[in-house]
Amino acid sequence: MTFETSVELLKFHNVAYTVYAMLIISVIAWFAYNLTREKKAEPIVRIPFYLYIGFLVAMGVGHHIFTYNTIPWVSEDIMRHNITPDKTFQIKMANHKFDMPEKMEIKKGEKVLFDAHSSDLVYGFGLFRQDGSMISQMQVNPGSRNDLLWTFNECGEFDVRSTEYAGPAGNAMFVKKVVIVTGCDKKGA
Amino acid sequence: MSFKMNLMEGTNFNASSLTALQKVTLRAVVMSFLFYGLAAIEGTLMRVALVNPSIPPIHGAPEHFFSIMTVHPIIGIFGSTYQLVFAAFMFLIPFLTKKPLYSVGLANFVWIMITIGSALAWIAAFIWSYAPLYTLYWPLPADTAQFNVIGGIVFIIGVALIMIGTLGFIYNIYATIFAKVGVHANKTTKELLISGFGIDGMLNLVHKLTGKPPYSKEPALSLPVVAIFRGTVDTFLDALVILGAGILVLVYLLADVSGASWDVHAVDALLYKNFFWWGLDLVADGLVLIYVAGSWYLLATLITGQKLFMENVARAALLLELFVSWMVWSHHLLADQGQPEMMKLISGEMVTMFELLTQGLALFITLMTLWKARPLKMTMELKYLLAGLLGFGLAVPAAIIQADMGMNRILHNTQWIIGAHVHVALLTGLYMTLYSVVYVLWPLLTNNTKLFSMKFANAHFYLHLIGSVGMGAFMGMAGLEGMLRRHFYMDGEYQTFMILAAIAAIMMVVAWVIFMANIIMSVGLKGLVGIFLPASDDTATFGIDPQPSVVVSQKK
Repeated sequence: MTFETSVELLKFHNVAYTVYAMLIISVIAWFAYNLTREKKAEPIVRIPFYLYIGFLVAMGVGHHIFTYNTIPWVSEDIMRHNITPDKTFQIKMANHKFDMPEKMEIKKGEKVLFDAHSSDLVYGFGLFRQDGSMISQMQVNPGSRNDLLWTFNECGEFDVRSTEYAGPAGNAMFVKKVVIVTGCDKKGA
Repeated sequence: MSFKMNLMEGTNFNASSLTALQKVTLRAVVMSFLFYGLAAIEGTLMRVALVNPSIPPIHGAPEHFFSIMTVHPIIGIFGSTYQLVFAAFMFLIPFLTKKPLYSVGLANFVWIMITIGSALAWIAAFIWSYAPLYTLYWPLPADTAQFNVIGGIVFIIGVALIMIGTLGFIYNIYATIFAKVGVHANKTTKELLISGFGIDGMLNLVHKLTGKPPYSKEPALSLPVVAIFRGTVDTFLDALVILGAGILVLVYLLADVSGASWDVHAVDALLYKNFFWWGLDLVADGLVLIYVAGSWYLLATLITGQKLFMENVARAALLLELFVSWMVWSHHLLADQGQPEMMKLISGEMVTMFELLTQGLALFITLMTLWKARPLKMTMELKYLLAGLLGFGLAVPAAIIQADMGMNRILHNTQWIIGAHVHVALLTGLYMTLYSVVYVLWPLLTNNTKLFSMKFANAHFYLHLIGSVGMGAFMGMAGLEGMLRRHFYMDGEYQTFMILAAIAAIMMVVAWVIFMANIIMSVGLKGLVGIFLPASDDTATFGIDPQPSVVVSQKK
């Protein structure tokens, strides 16, 4: 299984966590019911202790391994210093304002580096779809390297919003339809 | 008894019969629930403002919205949970070790410091709209162009007082645990330390595997005391970090008042963030996870009257949590590109994963202890304990999902983390556990005062449980659709989720009103006042021979 876009991953995650939540609620409810019964209840499944421990470790580690192999941006992010981007956009942030190109035009599949700098506070740089869902984001610290390498596998017009609180004025750090991705056979989100 | 009589006199509560230890515990509990109510109202205001931004007192102003958001966790975490946990433990340590509390005077100092400190932080936000949020990302807290300097100073002094009170609590706990009196008269400090860190549990497991006789058949400290000691180590480090950060901010603010303009960029923002999150994360691990595990163990043994299942494993897990809780902070910085990748991978992803193991173990051990003692009566304390277990069963995996370099790209700073993880962990997991502790301690603290209404107690339970899980779920769903956690949406975005979350929040406020009504009708207004009057009996322990000679010698 491979997720090309964050929408696919979020949908999968939504279903997986909902199933888990229902499961744990059911287990505790079943447990509570049987705790009070006079008749000795037998567990439906007898889970040996070491199997349970193994399950917890497998779930924790497996979750990270699963996402590393199925989400393209993880390996790309770790290796980004060795990857030559197809395009680089400079983003400057100061005084609760973005200073960036009016339109950032990208072709589907291009590796794009968003190189952000803050000269005063801690901000965030987030890419969002028109329905408000998040494509990706990073924190932007003053005095640090803040470079987000991203490959767009979907087309459309995307917004940029600061994803970190930098004071009440930061609420207005929102630029509509500034990233335009083209080159899809069928228009994305 | 008429309603008016009940309101004034309570059921059968007599404040003048309480000892000094009972009174100081109840004082902190009362303050804790008052602050809880304030935090609940603040939270509900924010939830409703995200449905209708123009509601008073916010009136569509981000300044006011964020000032509420700044004090909400200060009031909720420090004003409420710290007070409640500290009160319970300052009562339980003497109860469990059969020794008197080191100092009732210091215990009084603790609740007064935390109360004044929380109130000052609240006033700073209310009057001066000081709003750097609890994260205080550098240089935001020292940004005098955005925030009023006096407001900042008052806020930081408030937080500093909370931390000074916290250090007082820690000193009181350590001094009580390590006092060579009563059952510990013949124990050495080394024995107490080995037990306190859970090393004896680990050695017992190793000896079992190697076929040697047990290292210690009778550990020096009981398991809940070990959990309290272990958690207090983290709380101590956390207090030092927050106090250190506060002093740094205060130096800049005072410099500004004096007319000097210091360069805020002399402090590295990313380094500060690492330092701050290292300390702040110890609140989550030191306060919540370890204290909660200890509370579960205590509750399971008290409810069942039996020994804890797999006690050595539980002790060893608390030792493991020592290393885990100190090394997990980097999961807060997975979206910081300047953070070294190895730190993100090892601390942020891999070590954080162990929270699933340590908390999963605590859940398993508690459930097994209960299961082996069935059939049990579904008392209020058992009901709340099960709900607390459910809260962490939901919230810990929600955090592990976010503490992942892939998932973090699309979940960081969204409502997922604050809703599905933080609020479910605190409101369902921690508070339900604490309510269970309250119901267990109630007869001991109030000399068997009859609870006014069981119907009220049940209504509180269901409203709080459904409200807290519901609010966390709807906030989490909004987060999955991109809603940010530190943002004031004013154009009707995520309206459906926010309406549902606001309804759930209102359910929790109603639950709190019912709970408070039940408590006030049980102790009466006269009794409530009586709790704050000096105790005529200065006994500092409970349920055993008060050993007046020991109490007197400790006071000297």
